Amino acid sequence: MRAAVVVFPGSNCDRDLAVAFREAGCQVEMVWHKDTTLPSGIDIVGIPGGFSFGDYLRCGAIAANSPICAEVKAHATRGGFVLGVCNGFQILTETGLLPGALLRNAGLKYICRTVPLIVGTSDSIYTGGYEVGQEIGVPIAHHDGNYTASDDIVRQLKAEDRVAFRYGDNPNGSTADIAGILSSNRRVLGMMPHPERAADEKHGGTDGKAMFTNIASALAAA
Amino acid sequence: MKARVHVMLKDGVLDPQGEAVRHALGGLGFGGVDKVRQGKVIELDLADGTTEDTVREMCEKLLANTVIESYQIEMS
Repeated sequence: MRAAVVVFPGSNCDRDLAVAFREAGCQVEMVWHKDTTLPSGIDIVGIPGGFSFGDYLRCGAIAANSPICAEVKAHATRGGFVLGVCNGFQILTETGLLPGALLRNAGLKYICRTVPLIVGTSDSIYTGGYEVGQEIGVPIAHHDGNYTASDDIVRQLKAEDRVAFRYGDNPNGSTADIAGILSSNRRVLGMMPHPERAADEKHGGTDGKAMFTNIASALAAA
Repeated sequence: MKARVHVMLKDGVLDPQGEAVRHALGGLGFGGVDKVRQGKVIELDLADGTTEDTVREMCEKLLANTVIESYQIEMS
């Protein structure tokens, strides 16, 4: 099982994400934003959190137009797996791989704390290790995590069982309490909370670990 | 030649920053401010002959996120 983690100028969760993949048994390669190809045989691409390009223009906008993102899009279009966390989720909406957008938090404050998440579906490699309705504690750390999409899109996400995680106590004003969503083929996940920061006892919680162990076992079996 | 691009959140998209500005104006004693919307202005110095269509393409691809933002272009 091979994972690639993309590094942009301003990424700051890239190594955390790599460690979480590695601890789950994946072989991990770091990829620079200027690279024009992904390493061959990559099963999943991780787009990490942070502040790519200083959040200039809009969060994720510049990163979404970087050379490596054309490759990430091609990988996803081929049916490849992509996990975007926090800034990675913002980048995935900016590329159009996931619908909607992330606005400034409704309370205008940067929020950094562990929040309760409700698992919305177990039908994906990311959420297969959880039960539907299960509550897990995962840290958030963002200023622009207020998910918004048209009523039609939200209806479609719900109808197609693509809301991967909802906030138990909506911290940022997100529409329908949405914290993470899946693509229509269920292979691309974008989420604002940081499962890689809840994957080791020393993090103070391990509720995110099941995501990485399930990804690794699902892809090893594939 | 120059282009000036105005990018605004679309009507109907909640603008918490505009709302905070409205609230602050009220706190300063300015009454009667019913609504504030905050956007951004992007100025471009362009090679002669650059068309408005090209600037529109820039807006669609990068300068605005048309999921949540609208834009207006002024060429001069």
